[in-house]
Amino acid sequence: MIKLNNRDCEWHEGLTVEELLRLKNYTYPRIVVSVNAVIVPEEAYASTVIEDGDKVEAIHLMAGG
Amino acid sequence: MEKLEHKFLKEYNYELGAVDKGYTNRTLYINVGTHEIKEKPVTSLMKDKFIGGKGFGLYYLWQAVTESTKWDDPENEIIISSGPIGGITQYPGSGKSLVVTLSPLTNMPIDSNAGGYFGPFLKFAGFDALELQGKAEKDVLIFIDGTKGTITIEEMPGGGVDTHILGEQLTEKYADNEEDKRNIAVISTGTAAEHTNIGLLNFTFYDVRRKGIRLKQAGRGGIGTVFRDKHIKALVIKCAGVKGDLNHPVDKLTLNKTGIKLHKEMHDLDNSQNQMRKIGTANIISIMDQYDLLPTHNYKFGAHKDTFKISPEVFISKVTQNSPDGCWHGCSMACAKAADHFELKTGPYKGQKVTIDGPEYENAAGLGSNCGIFDPDVILELNFYCDTYGIDTISYATLTAFVMECYENGILNKERTGGLELNFGNIEANFELIHQMAKGEGFGKIAGLGIRKMKEIFAKEYGADPQFLFDIGMEQKGLEFSEYLPKESLAQQGGYGLTNKGPQHDEAWLIFMDMVNNQIPTFEDKAEALHYYPMFRTWFGLNGLCKLPWNDIAPADNKLTDEPAKIPEHVQNYVDIFNAVTGKTIDKFELIRQSERVYNFQRIFNIRMGFGKRIHDKLPYRAMGPVTVEEYQSREERYDQQLKELLGYDTTGKTTEEKIKVLREYREDQYEKLTDAVYKRRGWTMDGVPTVEKLRELGMDLPELLEVVEKHR
Repeated sequence: MIKLNNRDCEWHEGLTVEELLRLKNYTYPRIVVSVNAVIVPEEAYASTVIEDGDKVEAIHLMAGG
Repeated sequence: MEKLEHKFLKEYNYELGAVDKGYTNRTLYINVGTHEIKEKPVTSLMKDKFIGGKGFGLYYLWQAVTESTKWDDPENEIIISSGPIGGITQYPGSGKSLVVTLSPLTNMPIDSNAGGYFGPFLKFAGFDALELQGKAEKDVLIFIDGTKGTITIEEMPGGGVDTHILGEQLTEKYADNEEDKRNIAVISTGTAAEHTNIGLLNFTFYDVRRKGIRLKQAGRGGIGTVFRDKHIKALVIKCAGVKGDLNHPVDKLTLNKTGIKLHKEMHDLDNSQNQMRKIGTANIISIMDQYDLLPTHNYKFGAHKDTFKISPEVFISKVTQNSPDGCWHGCSMACAKAADHFELKTGPYKGQKVTIDGPEYENAAGLGSNCGIFDPDVILELNFYCDTYGIDTISYATLTAFVMECYENGILNKERTGGLELNFGNIEANFELIHQMAKGEGFGKIAGLGIRKMKEIFAKEYGADPQFLFDIGMEQKGLEFSEYLPKESLAQQGGYGLTNKGPQHDEAWLIFMDMVNNQIPTFEDKAEALHYYPMFRTWFGLNGLCKLPWNDIAPADNKLTDEPAKIPEHVQNYVDIFNAVTGKTIDKFELIRQSERVYNFQRIFNIRMGFGKRIHDKLPYRAMGPVTVEEYQSREERYDQQLKELLGYDTTGKTTEEKIKVLREYREDQYEKLTDAVYKRRGWTMDGVPTVEKLRELGMDLPELLEVVEKHR
């Protein structure tokens, strides 16, 4: 189990940031991802593996409408 | 082209003045009933406490009406004002006009903003605001010639009022030549505004590339209905020689530097961010669907399998690209997109090839998914008719979705609708409905009254269950909801419900911060957001500014800031340009206080008119959770999980009806707790009345305000 935006979220071995965003259907382009408070650049989404217990934030920069 | 006959009723001459630090320091009053025209000074109290724009509008409206004035009384006014920053050409989004009146939908003040050139032209013609009062005997036109210093009231009987025709005719008539057409701006509405409560005002600007007028709308709250009730057919203004320093700012260098910085962001980042220059606000249609937020079938659901048919990519192919589509000079966001050479397939203008402004997101979501329509050409044509007939696309869409759900539930039938089969997705019936509104005939006339009045009629005449109508009728305070599904975001329920004018998202849009990002988990967090964002966004309306360049583009390093949702660099831009124009020295905290003064004034105005208290902030349950078995079961896993996790409720063996009841009690209780927290943060009593202490703190302890709040303590 990991924390995603401070909520419990299922985890599996080898889960990457890219896969997590896909599983959560997070499609909005202006999004900032951090793992344990370290920002992950977009080009590293596929290679960044999330470990069990990690704290992930996926902040959508939308205050629009 | 039809010849326009005009008879002069009154001519008034005035001295052309210069703008000083964003203000002309006078306003214009016109009574269309008595033909009185006069100038009024702008006082320091007005500038200090009301700033401009909708602040001036509310200030004048307060003085014009009493607590018993109705929207169709001659005393009601329509006030149009830009604001001290309005009209600058250095910073994007600086051409807005703010319009204020007593609304036929809500019976209290409504404010709505529009692009186009009228507001800045009014200022450069010599006036910080225009008050229109009275009621003409016959249709009149008002012409303000800001090149000569003349104002005329002209009788203008006969002829059509639909904007795409009248706007062109008047631009042609009042321009000296083709070159002069860019100096003309027209405000008008359309035939449906005469027969409905949802009339809008169209603001034109002349598109020199297309050689035709373009339209922007002050859509919400039925202002066009008031305009036609006053028998005003059009306002025309002429202003020549627009250039960057007409506001006579104190610090043009800062204006230039700040503007250039944002132009560069737009150029470098828009394509990878929101693509406002390609498709405008419609860029979020698919995103809303993917996050289950796109209103579908009267807000029952947040997504639909056919949304791809009305995706932004589809509309990008429909609207003309690579066009400088700004609705005021200098706006590099240029999001006022348009579909050109569109051949109409229905109605009185069938066969005409027209330019259709839009679609904006609201139009695509409302006219489209919310009514079960996934045909982009149909959405464009409905958009066109809403505009030229002069009706608000949002209210039209939301009330049509309501009617469709009533039809599918047997509250309405073919006999009651005069033969219209108003199921979700019925395109033919939808077109017939809008054409009926324009003619003031059939069921269209009933629908045009708005959801609140329809609920009364359906309960009284057809025996419909008032509670069910209240639950599914997506209006609050009499105003139809705009097009976002707030069910899963408590903060956004507050963003709609705890507003001054009704459920329009221009006060606060907190869905992602709350529902997705979980950045405001506690009631206090949500209340802070429901204080800051409504106040921040109110400020645009005081200054003649558009909200879009604030957060539909962001600096590349915005994500590294402490509060990325606020776009801190852009907030500072606004502080800088306000100071650069006016010579004042506000900071980002005083910016919020400026808004708080006007926001609290508007709240007290609502209370004065018999509204604006806790009972009026209640929401229809459709905005908060699933009303029907069908809705619950469509997201059963989500709702069951919430019942277990949040309430420890064992759903095993429970019927859907039982689960709906428990979830409803929980969510309604959450909204009440949120309301408590927000009122406390805003400095209001638990009944929603601003306290004397709060008014003193803001310097708004004016006798007329204290008199109202003392009565309601």
